[in-house]
Amino acid sequence: MEWESVIGLEIHAQLSTRSKAFSGAATRYGAEPNTQACAVDIALPGVLPVFNEQAARMAVKFGLAIGAQINHRSVFARKNYFYPDLPKGYQISQYEIPVVAKGSLTIELDGHERLIGITRAHLEEDAGKSLHEDFHGMTGIDLNRAGTPLLEIVSEPDLRSAKEAVAYMKKLHQLVVYLGICDGNMQEGSFRCDANVSVRRKGDPKFGTRAEIKNVNSFRFVEKAIEFEIERQIDLIESGKSVVQETRLYDADKDQTRSMRSKEEAMDYRYFPDPDLPPLVVDEAFVREVQATLPELPDARRARFMSQYGLNRYDAGVLTSSREMAEYYETAVRESKGDPKIVANWIAVELSGYLNLDNKDIAESPVSAKMIAGLVQRIADNTISGKIAKEVLEAMWAGEGDADAVIAKKGLKQITDTGAIEKAIDEVIAKNTAQLEQYRAGKEALFGFFVGQVMKATRGKANPQQVNELLKKKLAG
Amino acid sequence: MSLDRDQVRKIAHLARLEISEAESSAYAESLSRILGLIEQMNAVDTTGVEPMAHPNDAGLRLRADAVSEADQRERFQAVAPATEAGLYLVPKVIE
Repeated sequence: MEWESVIGLEIHAQLSTRSKAFSGAATRYGAEPNTQACAVDIALPGVLPVFNEQAARMAVKFGLAIGAQINHRSVFARKNYFYPDLPKGYQISQYEIPVVAKGSLTIELDGHERLIGITRAHLEEDAGKSLHEDFHGMTGIDLNRAGTPLLEIVSEPDLRSAKEAVAYMKKLHQLVVYLGICDGNMQEGSFRCDANVSVRRKGDPKFGTRAEIKNVNSFRFVEKAIEFEIERQIDLIESGKSVVQETRLYDADKDQTRSMRSKEEAMDYRYFPDPDLPPLVVDEAFVREVQATLPELPDARRARFMSQYGLNRYDAGVLTSSREMAEYYETAVRESKGDPKIVANWIAVELSGYLNLDNKDIAESPVSAKMIAGLVQRIADNTISGKIAKEVLEAMWAGEGDADAVIAKKGLKQITDTGAIEKAIDEVIAKNTAQLEQYRAGKEALFGFFVGQVMKATRGKANPQQVNELLKKKLAG
Repeated sequence: MSLDRDQVRKIAHLARLEISEAESSAYAESLSRILGLIEQMNAVDTTGVEPMAHPNDAGLRLRADAVSEADQRERFQAVAPATEAGLYLVPKVIE
């Protein structure tokens, strides 16, 4: 029996505003408990919410980036439930009319592109945090996070495998960070994912019963949780049982999902429009204003890097993986005035190697775009060879200064003086008469040996092309 | 559409309201009358009428994204029944 899995993701992206969605309290992560929870956030009687314009702007920005329709009037509702980290007894969220309507995102997996539908994206506020460690049999509540603005992005059930789900999640992550609307920090919970998973027999037009996996906060765990859940559901059906609609939690230590609550006991949220908040009006002028702040988006930039700089798809992908990386590359190309493909190689391969090794972001690179440009220039003007340049980059990474400083300090300047190279060659030949005879007798493979000896004698600094040419002449006799 | 007493009890529980048996009958009756009124309104043809989420026409007022609230934890926690290490303490909740 062939099975097909059907997956939809709900992603909560925390909007990177300075203040809360409905109050002027700070949103900084990691503050002392309850020092960023004001009267509105802790729901003292008589307070009223006032919405953060920047959060509206960020939601619209996202909508435009996924080609979605922007609802000119969207409505905040109350989602009612009782839990101590939700002091009002309701969460303000958009229900019937979200700010962002249907859009889409193109994902790429194993060289194939697929368009994934995004049903909607709506604004809402986050809840606080419950700490269940034992406080003399009580629970501790930190409301610093309460009221932080979130954008919940809901996909269509268009994803067909755990790998596709991760590709979609990564693409969305890249996009919100690119747009500057979310810091994307998954450890701190700025980007969280709920996954709706069901299975059906291949070709069946009807969806199976789905389970929702709550709050998974890493790409790897999303993939593992979905894979486990698909297997679990197939096993259930194949053994004659059926899938129950329920909420499940992923346990990373055991690598399995377990039931949290079934739909029968699920909460009835009794949504209704929040009487404290008139509709959010987003007029044409507002949309145009936001449109003007949209950066060039990752896909468009990747395509431009391929056509404008002649890069291959892979390098263009690496160099547009983040806005900082793309800007770094373009600065380096501009500064070096050199071959964009060579610049790309030094960043996408060599520098990226160091970044990955030290687990650093391009923004934290000790080697600036200007310094990479300087390095590429010294290769182009024959001051150093590509091989020596790797040594220079290593020193630059270690903080020993820019290319010129490293070359001067370590005496790495390439030897291009014909006389000096000839002298080195003569010495090498004089020391290796046996090999010379063999070479002249037809063992041409020994040419490499001589090149090696000359390079060794010049500590790698001789210009390789000149060495080749001169050596050929001298060996011929 | 009308509500029975069980439904009223369930709604009261969801809203954490305590109501007596006698009250549940009375509420079932009055809430059913409200639903009747809504049914009447539902019967009106509203094709082409824009849905209204709020009685006045004004849009939401927005504020600039600036931190305007200073930390007042001490004052807030002075009236809380129990606090520790900056946290509000509540009866244990386990999911």
